[in-house]
Amino acid sequence: MPDHIVSAFDADLGGLRRGIAEMGGIAEKMLADATAALLRDDAPLAHAVIAADPRLDALQRKVEELGILTIARRQPLAADLREVVSAFRIAGDLERAGDLAKNTAKRVLAMTGHMHPKRVMGGVQHMSDLALGQLKDVLDAYAGHDAAAAVAVWKRDGAIDALNNSLFRELLTYMMEDPRSISFCTHLLFCAKNLERIGDHATNIAETVYYLATGEALAGERPKDDRSSFAVVEPPAGQAP
Amino acid sequence: MTPLAAMAEPGAARGKTDAPVRIACRDLNFHYGASRALKDITLDFYDRQVTALIGPSGCGKSTLLRCFNRIYSLYPEQRATGEIILDGRNILSPSVDVNELRSRVGMVFQKPTPFPMSIYDNVAFGLRLYERLPRSELDGRVEAALRRAALWDEVKDKLKEPGTGLSGGQQQRLCIARAIAQRPEVILLDEPTSALDPISTGKIEELIDELRAEFTIVIVTHSMQQAARISQYTAFMYLGELVEFGPTSRIFMNPREKRTHDYVTGRFG
Repeated sequence: MPDHIVSAFDADLGGLRRGIAEMGGIAEKMLADATAALLRDDAPLAHAVIAADPRLDALQRKVEELGILTIARRQPLAADLREVVSAFRIAGDLERAGDLAKNTAKRVLAMTGHMHPKRVMGGVQHMSDLALGQLKDVLDAYAGHDAAAAVAVWKRDGAIDALNNSLFRELLTYMMEDPRSISFCTHLLFCAKNLERIGDHATNIAETVYYLATGEALAGERPKDDRSSFAVVEPPAGQAP
Repeated sequence: MTPLAAMAEPGAARGKTDAPVRIACRDLNFHYGASRALKDITLDFYDRQVTALIGPSGCGKSTLLRCFNRIYSLYPEQRATGEIILDGRNILSPSVDVNELRSRVGMVFQKPTPFPMSIYDNVAFGLRLYERLPRSELDGRVEAALRRAALWDEVKDKLKEPGTGLSGGQQQRLCIARAIAQRPEVILLDEPTSALDPISTGKIEELIDELRAEFTIVIVTHSMQQAARISQYTAFMYLGELVEFGPTSRIFMNPREKRTHDYVTGRFG
């Protein structure tokens, strides 16, 4: 796309893009660190994740401020207007993703010292890798205004949901087998839910990138596979009250 | 059309059934001497809708506007070919009475052009020319036109004062009153607010939106935001060609042509 006649307009839009890129980098690191802290039972790393969140919040406010100023100063139209609106939306999604990572980090501190069942932790790691991959791919799609890449992210969200379902069932089983694990497993359930929600935010961003690139809304029902709301696990035989 | 666009533009969303074509241009070409200013323009203007003509200076938008009341025929070296159908008749045909045509197609210019006479006589001028009305009826028509142009309350106590004594925004509304007094079908506006302050501009825009209930309006404007605010359809012209025509929301939110996009986003090189 050629530059604007008014070069300061390009500088404004560039500032929005840089703000989102920086937010994306922080959110990715918070997610990766929160999961690492969880897997390694690493309290200092969990504290670092919590400490990173205010920076993300401040950046969101900065992006919003610049977006409002751009509307007031330039009255953007067509792709330029979509650029500003998209920056608002994506900043909101990234800020929420950061909050969810922070929530996981807080739970790490609450769970510290408990036993970490290997199989379950493997599932958490896998979910986290998927969510991180989604976040990274959707931020690349944003940087390249790539509608096809955004659709690919959008279609992949079902995999995280499916993992969340199986993890949910597994944790319920653990809790029934050993009531002493209830506190730990409940925290872990929320950690898994946090990852699932971060995946949803990546999907939201994919929808926004598609709108940004094409001017159209991404049509059709999003591929959803989160059935954990309906999951029931019966207690093992002989343990029923 | 997306639901959002339909909300923003009830007229446009209803489509052609509710808004029949009022003016149809067919293969319209225009020459200033040897230079061709309009190239094969084919375009429909819908009844009681505001259509904005946008494009960089020299793109032909004012020339197109000037064809609709044949004001160009004052100049011998200017000629239009093709067809402009208004009420089933080609208005470019030599048999058309241009004075009668201009009473049906009113025009307002960039700079306010009040006649050097009283406010009352400015509005009554065209009426006296074409209709022989008793004094009381003439008074009624003048008042109605001034009310319709949202000027009555400001001038009712000084109708005998010269029109040139009004402020710029008031003068422009006086010109609109003069145009609508003759009950035209079409109103042509050539950058009607470019010489006005923001408050007067707001009043004229409000007025245009109200006049849409009765008149088909074609407006040439250099303000993209103005076109987006007040029109239901927008035509983008460039170098004498029609590049893109469509519902205003689409032209400003998601134009199909790259040239339109570059122009409305201020990227024109």
